[in-house]
Amino acid sequence: MVFLNFFISGISLGSIYAIIALGYTMVYGIAKMLNFAHGDVIMVGAYVCFYAVARYELPPVLGVLIAMLLCTFLGIIVERLAYKPLRQAPSLAVLITAIGVSYFLQNAALLLWSSNPKVFPSIIGRGAYKLFDGALSVSHVTVLTIVTCLLIMIVLSLFINKTRLGKAMRACSEDKSAAQLMGINVNATISLTFAIGSGLAAVAGALLCSAYPTLMPTTGSLPGIKAFTAAVFGGIGSIPGAFLGGLMLGVIEIFAKAYISSQLSDAVVFAVLIIVLLVKPAGLLGKQVTEKV
Amino acid sequence: MEKEKRSRTRLVPLPSRALVPDRDAARDPVLECINLGITLGGIKAVEDFNFTVGRTEIAGLIGPNGAGKTTVFNLLTKVYQPTTGTILLNGRDTHGMNTMQVNKAGIARTFQNIRLFKNLSVADNVKAAMNNDMRYNMLNAILRTPAYRREEIAAHRRALKLLSIFDMQDIADVRAGSLPYGAQRRLEIVRALATNPSLLLLDEPAAGMNPSETAELMDSIRKVHEMFQIAIVLIEHDMSLVMNICEGICVLNFGHIIAKGTPDDIQSNPAVIEAYLGRNREAK
Repeated sequence: MVFLNFFISGISLGSIYAIIALGYTMVYGIAKMLNFAHGDVIMVGAYVCFYAVARYELPPVLGVLIAMLLCTFLGIIVERLAYKPLRQAPSLAVLITAIGVSYFLQNAALLLWSSNPKVFPSIIGRGAYKLFDGALSVSHVTVLTIVTCLLIMIVLSLFINKTRLGKAMRACSEDKSAAQLMGINVNATISLTFAIGSGLAAVAGALLCSAYPTLMPTTGSLPGIKAFTAAVFGGIGSIPGAFLGGLMLGVIEIFAKAYISSQLSDAVVFAVLIIVLLVKPAGLLGKQVTEKV
Repeated sequence: MEKEKRSRTRLVPLPSRALVPDRDAARDPVLECINLGITLGGIKAVEDFNFTVGRTEIAGLIGPNGAGKTTVFNLLTKVYQPTTGTILLNGRDTHGMNTMQVNKAGIARTFQNIRLFKNLSVADNVKAAMNNDMRYNMLNAILRTPAYRREEIAAHRRALKLLSIFDMQDIADVRAGSLPYGAQRRLEIVRALATNPSLLLLDEPAAGMNPSETAELMDSIRKVHEMFQIAIVLIEHDMSLVMNICEGICVLNFGHIIAKGTPDDIQSNPAVIEAYLGRNREAK
């Protein structure tokens, strides 16, 4: 029973990683860049949600929606101002810019909201479902997190596979200039990708801070790095890969905390990542790129 | 940019060629290049390129390797911005347009080295190119409104219809990258047609094909031409294909036009023979 309890917490944490990892993997798939500022968008989303719910006493759903909206705009603006001018630049320049944007967002948050940790109000209360005569207790946040993650995955895969914008995104991820020659608006497609990723980051921020209710300007960076790891783990660029990688990373982390050592849990997570990448360099579901000679 | 209304579906075959008497390139050009030129890395890759293509003409662009043929296509589709000259498409100056806008204005192309969206299905490759004709937005897509369904169904039907030109409707769900070489080349043509062009640029469509495949391709190009009544410009090294199919031919060498005319003119043109075979020593 204890095992099951850990497993469910693992899945829940993994769901949050999966939602964040989607942002990394989609942006990588389409813009071929690592957006290291993604973790900090989570933090911004969480702060917006915090102020909407705790200060202005708006209903939590509305708070999350406002956070999504603002993060979507933030994502689009960051892309327009920081990454779009570097479209032709070497990928290293874009990577450094992303790190710069990350620090910029963190320090802006420090100025705006100070470094004092804020206690995040749970968006759906602190109740729990008791199962098996109370032997297994699953908090509402856990259930909400898992359900939200599943819902996002389903809607996103339908969107990517079944709609014209989704097809445009897949076309851009394969060959941007050919896509442009077929009348696809590549810039708009990249903006859309950033918008979706950032909107999802806001959801992840609200869920993350509901489960782990301390909010600081650096809240987003470690989950961001872990979700990036999850994306690589599952195969970067692959949406089901991000989902699988996120879930597995969450489960491994919780088990490592429970059965090995909570101090060592991150080390265990990264050790597993290294082993997986040694065996499958493209990640679990990533496509092996074989070059024809 | 002034938006030009183009008909949504042009799949209805127009009257056959014999019923369209006015095929005079000079009177109704779809494309006019005036003194077109570009300097790449200090070298004039194309210079003084004057070229007109009639509304329903099939024209050939030939020349030795490195003559600048693909560069011309890249100029027309704005992959490169020309350093000099003007391109008029349907009488409209394309100056300042980008690749996507030129495509919307009516130029579609294929590539010398096949550039399909390899991991998309055959049908999705075609549908991805139909963005020009689809209007529904993201909200519709998420809520799966009737507008979304209607357009997606219409797009799927149209994709299948286009694929049926090359008898490819049965493999619509196959991953494009797994198709045999010849089928990939044909799919590229279908994908280009899906953008509803008035001018189709084919960059070495027969490259790597054997003679029977080339003959089949030739029939397909004729069929496309008859059905859609569009202008086609093709770059090709296969002389039998070019001489058979093209009404007008333009020969490039070192970035300059060395000859223009009908296939018969070109075949007997000494400058062309020299460019291809080198100078005849005895004549010298």
